[in-house]
Amino acid sequence: MSTLSSVPIDYYLVFCSLLFCLGVIGVLIKRNALVILMSVELMINSINLLLAAFSAYTNDPAGQIFVFFIMVVAAAEVAIGLAIIVLIYRTTGSIDINVLNKLKW
Amino acid sequence: MKMELIVALIPLMPLLGFLVLGAGFRTIPRKITAWVGPGVILASLILALVLFFSNGKNTGPTEYHFFTWISAGELRIPLGFLIDPLSLLMIFVVTGVGFIIHVYSVGYMKDDPGFNRFFAFMNLFVFSMLLLVMGNNYPVMFIGWEGVGLCSYLLIGFWFRNQEYNNAAKKAFIMNRIGDLGFLLGMFLLFTTFHTLDYHGVFSQARSLQPGDSTLLAITLLLFVGAVGKSAQIPLYTWLPDAMAGPTPVSALIHAATMVTAGVYMVARSNILYILSPVTMTIIAVVALATILLAASIAVFQKDIKKILAYSTISQLGYMFLALSVGAFSGAMFHLTTHAFFKALLFLGAGSVIHALGGEQDIRKMGGLRKALPVTWLTFLTGTVAISGIPPLSGFFSKDEILMKTFGSSSLLWLFAWLGALLTAFYMFRMFYLVFGNQFRGTTRPDHPLHESPLTMTLPLIVLAFLSFAGGALNMPGLFGGNQLLEHFLAPVFSRSSPALQGELPISHATEWLLTGITLAGVLLMIFWAWRRYVVKGKGLLTDETRRPFWVRIVAEKYRIDELYDFLLVKPSLWLSRFLHDVVELRIIDRMVNGIGQAAIRTGNLLRYIQTGNVGFYLFVMVLGVILIMFFNILI
Amino acid sequence: MLTLVLLLFPLALLLILLFFREVKTLRVLAFTGTLAELALAIAAFVQYKTSCHCNLLFSFDWLDTLGVSLKFGMDGITLLLVMLTALLVPIIVFSTFSHHYSSPASFYSLILLMEMALIGVFTAFDGLVFYIFWEMALIPAWFICALWGGNNRIRITFKFFIYTFAGSILMLVALIYLYFKTPLPHAFDFQALYAAALTPAEQTWIFLAFFLAFAIKIPVFPFHTWQPDTYTESPAAGSMLLAGIMLKMGLFGMIRWMIPICSQSIRQWGDMAIILAITGIVYASLIALRQNDLKRLIAWSSIAHAGLMAAALLVMNLKASQGAMIQMVAHGINITGLFLITDLIQRRAGTRNISDLGGIALRAPRLAAFFMVILLGSIALPLTNGFVGEFLMLLGIFEYNALYAAIAGLTMIFGAVYMLWMYQRVMLGKTQPATEGFQDLTLAEMGMLLPLVILIFWMGCYPSFFLDIPFPDVQQILYFVK
Repeated sequence: MSTLSSVPIDYYLVFCSLLFCLGVIGVLIKRNALVILMSVELMINSINLLLAAFSAYTNDPAGQIFVFFIMVVAAAEVAIGLAIIVLIYRTTGSIDINVLNKLKW
Repeated sequence: MKMELIVALIPLMPLLGFLVLGAGFRTIPRKITAWVGPGVILASLILALVLFFSNGKNTGPTEYHFFTWISAGELRIPLGFLIDPLSLLMIFVVTGVGFIIHVYSVGYMKDDPGFNRFFAFMNLFVFSMLLLVMGNNYPVMFIGWEGVGLCSYLLIGFWFRNQEYNNAAKKAFIMNRIGDLGFLLGMFLLFTTFHTLDYHGVFSQARSLQPGDSTLLAITLLLFVGAVGKSAQIPLYTWLPDAMAGPTPVSALIHAATMVTAGVYMVARSNILYILSPVTMTIIAVVALATILLAASIAVFQKDIKKILAYSTISQLGYMFLALSVGAFSGAMFHLTTHAFFKALLFLGAGSVIHALGGEQDIRKMGGLRKALPVTWLTFLTGTVAISGIPPLSGFFSKDEILMKTFGSSSLLWLFAWLGALLTAFYMFRMFYLVFGNQFRGTTRPDHPLHESPLTMTLPLIVLAFLSFAGGALNMPGLFGGNQLLEHFLAPVFSRSSPALQGELPISHATEWLLTGITLAGVLLMIFWAWRRYVVKGKGLLTDETRRPFWVRIVAEKYRIDELYDFLLVKPSLWLSRFLHDVVELRIIDRMVNGIGQAAIRTGNLLRYIQTGNVGFYLFVMVLGVILIMFFNILI
Repeated sequence: MLTLVLLLFPLALLLILLFFREVKTLRVLAFTGTLAELALAIAAFVQYKTSCHCNLLFSFDWLDTLGVSLKFGMDGITLLLVMLTALLVPIIVFSTFSHHYSSPASFYSLILLMEMALIGVFTAFDGLVFYIFWEMALIPAWFICALWGGNNRIRITFKFFIYTFAGSILMLVALIYLYFKTPLPHAFDFQALYAAALTPAEQTWIFLAFFLAFAIKIPVFPFHTWQPDTYTESPAAGSMLLAGIMLKMGLFGMIRWMIPICSQSIRQWGDMAIILAITGIVYASLIALRQNDLKRLIAWSSIAHAGLMAAALLVMNLKASQGAMIQMVAHGINITGLFLITDLIQRRAGTRNISDLGGIALRAPRLAAFFMVILLGSIALPLTNGFVGEFLMLLGIFEYNALYAAIAGLTMIFGAVYMLWMYQRVMLGKTQPATEGFQDLTLAEMGMLLPLVILIFWMGCYPSFFLDIPFPDVQQILYFVK
């Protein structure tokens, strides 16, 4: 608790923004569906971290409770996402997202 | 109450006849029809007589109001009748001549499969005509006005297997409709001016207007357009010759004696309006004179016996309008009456000839029929003499009166009218000599020898011949020691407009004698000329028509007015119809509508390219969108 | 309450019909049911007394918070149109008996649904409910045309649907806008909508939206392009429903909703609309001259007649409006009669191409007589129903502007030209191969046409009976407008 609050909030902000941007860049430049999924997780986790940091900063536990919720939902989401990716792999033999252009035009 | 019933029954009897014969046109035996058809008209005639005599000395107008026909706001149109001398006279003409022609038709139509239908339509016609003359307001007159037009349509196209006849019927109806639109607009203007359409209301208010009132001018002109259509004057006359496609009794009843005179009746009825608009009167005079001369000149060259009579009718109607235009309303009504007698007679006589020749109508193939058809010959001669205006037959008196009144108004008008009278005598006797004079030039089928018509046909001829002969007694002018019965009888109707006529010069008896003499001399000369040309020289029968001079060909081809109308009106409207449909409708309007739909499709076509199917692109756009939203949020 | 019964009875009947398969049973049920509906309408007429908007009123708060209530009632205008609907539907149902439509249960149900929707449109006293029924009427109309229509039906009904639907959406927008301008608490009730406070500019927009919606439905030139195709491609019953009754929805909408709300803008801009309507009269009449398809010719003639009615309503005077009222009924009767006869001819001769017909009068004099009477009604011969309406409308228009009346009056001439020419080519002349063995009318068919013929003469000879019904309400609306 003390370690968390002893670090100034600015650091968290900068760190989380960087982490989020990393996630965004990962989403944008990667073609592997699995990596994109991981990048999305990275974005979510950066938000989670920020929530936790603010929670400590304002002494309000609601933020941390949100983080738990998000983790649960994210876990479910990952499960579904992975399942979809597995299905994609089974039908197309690849998890490259550029193969998935059946909805073109 | 009893009077009301009689008045109501006068038009209802023919309607009843129509309903009975129309409902059972397949089942009713001919014998019954032959009694019912003329019978209902006779009943009307008797009722009219009862009405006339029970009125006694009371000749004042009596109005009978039955129920409100149309009402909206201040507009209230009753179904009401007006019985006054003018309508009584017309009722007698319609039912009297109508009855005679119905009797004639029994013989004439004997073998026609549409016997019942024919009488049903004829009865319907008489019903409509009676409504026309009996109504106490313009809309009721209009019911009859359009009703007679319909009957005319139905009867001209009676033999509907022949599309030529149907075309003639359609032409008649449409030309009448053109006139009717004028009539209708005239009524609207009447209503907006006087806020009523009753004769009584309109005329009593009109009396207070100044002569030359511009609204009245418009009203009278519009109403006159209606009269032009119905009474076949220039420019709407071309339907009447074509209308001869109908059975001959129809031509006699509708296209000679009654329906075509409706326009004359209407103007006479609205006399006060017309007297107050001198410009309209001048226009009527011009139209009437032009019609007289045009129709008479065409009649000189016609070869079809009925067409000659048709053009003659147009020309004679011109005389009636001429009389109206100089304010001689009772003169017009007098000529209307005598014309109904002798023209019906001539048509029925022509019918008898056609009947005898088994349908032949070309006068070049007739001739010498005097011996074969003695009764027809004699009666036809009576009619011819009457229409030519030779004393003491009726036509002389009525035409003479019109000529006199015309002279009183303008000697120039008189001169043209006089020319018309000469032409009339010439073409009538030309026809008469070609039909009855010399030798028979046609061929008869062995199974159909020349024969005089049955009694049902000759008897009406004799009655009409008597009427044509003695009809002049109805209104013997003072010049010949007569007492002008008809004029006195009709005087109350026209009394309102007589003060306006005061300005005219009275004509001295000496002038009258002189004018009569000139007319008579001219007419006799014409008859002599016709006799020499067609009897003595036997000319004008089978001459080579191509060698005629140009102007004769033009006249013989009816001035090519039909072709002109076809070129000016019919062709352009058909062309316009095609143009509107093929170009405006399909290429412009519909294309615009469909264009809106296609625009939606095209936009969709463009926008769908955003849907690249590339997941990476979608993600990129999403991120871009988020950034943009954030950016704008900061900005605002 | 009777209004509600009138409205719900077709619905109940429709639900019952869905349980049957047998064609005969369905026919009997549909026919007797619609006859019962006619009896109900007559009962409503008997109960109907004076003119206040309290007649036969039924009200139920539906969406309280929005101010929408299921409010139905009758005034004279409504009554006249409800009677027309109730009268024509049994005749239309009867006319279908000689056809063999696939899945008759759906067919008759759709007709009943249509009847219900039409009655709903006419009786609704609430703007939103009016709109709902307005759209509801489109659905069965579309299905009837699209499922049982001619060869081109899919493309054409699609256009019909989209076109009229686009118009209705504009009307919905206008209604919602009006709703927010109504005095508090906002309501869709027609009296609330009448009381909406609008600036002149707002009113003009509302007028445009309403006019487009109604003009497409009627249809007024140049929004008519869906109509000839749709009438032609529809099955006979569909054409009759569309032309006989549905067309009146637009005219009814004009007098009930547009004129009281937008009278100022109509004064200002109405001339444009009237000119459009009158142009349409001449335009449609001219085009009708050259049509070779009987149904298409009648469709064009309907555009001409509808244009006159629209113009008459827009001049906003008593005579023209009363004329339009009676002409709505007269037109409904005449055009249904014309389509009935077209249907009879097409079924017997196997074609409705005018050039292939001819000489029918020789084989079928009774049909010729009935046809002639209905035709005379539609060309407005005095003593038939068409005349009274046209006379009053033209007189009213004449008072507004004489030139408009003169041009609109051309319909008298052109109407006679195209109708008589058509009659001549179809009925008269010599028989053609197609009409050689033409059968005359059967008793049942005469029974079907007879009510129409009787009405044609009744309305022509004693129109007061029909003019008196809507008179107080028309007067009230026009008074309100002033």
